[in-house]
Amino acid sequence: MISDSSMLYSTPALETGDDEDQLLRVSLGPQHPSTHGVFRMNVVLDGETVVSLKPVFGYLHRNHEKIAENATYLSSMPYTDRLDYICPLSNNWAYAHAVEKLAGIEVPERAEYMRVILAELTRLINHTAFAGFILGDMGAWGSALMYAFREREKILDLFEDLTGARMMANFMRFGGCRNDLPAGWAMKCGKLVDDYGPFLDEMEKFLVGNEILLARTQDVGQLPKDILINGGITGPMLRAAGVNYDIRKVEPYGIYERFDFRIPLGEIGDCYDRIMIRFLEMRESLKILRQALDQLPEGDYIHPKAKIRNFKPPVGEAYGRIEGPKGELGFHLISDGTTNPYRYRVRPPSFINLTLLEDMCLGLDLADVVIILGSIDIVLGEVDR
Amino acid sequence: MDSPSSTIERLPAPKRPGGWSIPGWGLLQGLAVTGRNMVESYYKKERMTTIQYPEERAPISPNFRNFPFLVFDTDPAADLRCTACSICEKECPPQCIYIVLDRDENGKSLKRPRVFDIDLSVCMNCGICAEVCPFDSIYMDGEYELSTDDRFGGLLFGLDRLAKSAEYHMKLRPEQATEVMARRKAEEEKKAAAAAAKLAKAKADAEAKAKAAAEVKPEEKGEEV
Repeated sequence: MISDSSMLYSTPALETGDDEDQLLRVSLGPQHPSTHGVFRMNVVLDGETVVSLKPVFGYLHRNHEKIAENATYLSSMPYTDRLDYICPLSNNWAYAHAVEKLAGIEVPERAEYMRVILAELTRLINHTAFAGFILGDMGAWGSALMYAFREREKILDLFEDLTGARMMANFMRFGGCRNDLPAGWAMKCGKLVDDYGPFLDEMEKFLVGNEILLARTQDVGQLPKDILINGGITGPMLRAAGVNYDIRKVEPYGIYERFDFRIPLGEIGDCYDRIMIRFLEMRESLKILRQALDQLPEGDYIHPKAKIRNFKPPVGEAYGRIEGPKGELGFHLISDGTTNPYRYRVRPPSFINLTLLEDMCLGLDLADVVIILGSIDIVLGEVDR
Repeated sequence: MDSPSSTIERLPAPKRPGGWSIPGWGLLQGLAVTGRNMVESYYKKERMTTIQYPEERAPISPNFRNFPFLVFDTDPAADLRCTACSICEKECPPQCIYIVLDRDENGKSLKRPRVFDIDLSVCMNCGICAEVCPFDSIYMDGEYELSTDDRFGGLLFGLDRLAKSAEYHMKLRPEQATEVMARRKAEEEKKAAAAAAKLAKAKADAEAKAKAAAEVKPEEKGEEV
């Protein structure tokens, strides 16, 4: 177990010679159900204990950043849906936020509220699906994932009514959103928010007392705070270790200052804290959603002067970041004054959260690796881009 | 970072009210949830959501978008709204649209596409083409059963399969189509009015000119003399 940052780089060298026969090399993935997609880990085992773990990824690389540099600003919007395909609307917002910063575009009030509502619904989707996935990693295939996806589907129905697609939303525009809320949408959303609390109660009852879950997640995969901070870890992973860092509070974007919500923090930062922190975050999201739905004003859903065709931001550069469900999601854009960005860079939270995987896994059993990977909550569409 | 924050209460292993714990009590509680869900799924209306797909279909939402189509008003060959301006071709994220402008024998643009192909296998149904079109010509369809056993010809949609009537658009998205029709009508009227005004102005100008010429003439004559 690593206890301080000086040990970070002291990954034990593999024994060679006679002892090498004692070590077992396992290629875990890329077609392994526990790796959440096409992700591979070259694990070296001493008995059951992990001695070395080298992640191999890139199987889902799609050249997103280069494609975006050869396309117009608007054309990259649907590609951002495909980064973290569990939560497309947060990605949309991060990209729109960066472009708005670059071009200095104002967003009307109603659009800001719509964005908050959609981003928090997305957070619900992500964390609910996470609860299902991590239970799947622990061997509980079926029930937990089915309950989670049942609720997720209700939110996706709302998204389909609004954006026209369940997952590939392509909804945010520079200066607002693509279309207005359909009639009755806010009411349906309010009903969903009211029904979500009981579902969370049920899910918590289902999970948190479960002895198998407690035994397999408590005191597994924790790292000290300074290592997490130095590693650039963000999101629930960092907050589970007790670091009070949430971009919604630290550098409020949109209209998050107007809402009353708290940032849940963990103590130890093991897998158990990471699961529980997501449940607490969902409760806070419900609070934000209720406030946003109550305050939702009338007005424009997109800035009346927002340009759709032939959009050319001024020369300059901008970094826009939001608190995505998985951590800090940022887009860095450099404009040379033409219709295409000169440089387009994504800061994907799940990729950067993945970098400390080996440090979390060393000295633990192979079965723990699966849970630790699950608790990081990666989506390979975002890791590989 | 002075935000109020809550901390996670770390749950100890579940205990019975008496103070001693039964191993597996948490598991039993979880099983009770599973059991209730199983029983509910047999009689609760909102839980019985399965739809027997080919026989019955879920209603699609009005905003649902799939593959694009081109709108014509009366005749697909003559009055396709598309003017082959290629804005959608440029903005299309996966570059799945291919347009060739139709020209007459002198090379003059006829403002209509000779070829308009969309590759279904590349299209990602994002709807940007419909959004950027300034001529109200391309819209997203609600058709979703587009699979075919011909992977080359069957997946390449040309003008013949893309062109759909304005009535179809009206049936598919009444709100949007009504708005578009009203706007187009207003524009046409405005255009007609402008043309009429121009004509009237030209006529008036000509008359004024003639009058001026008539007035000028005697003087000129006078000077000549």
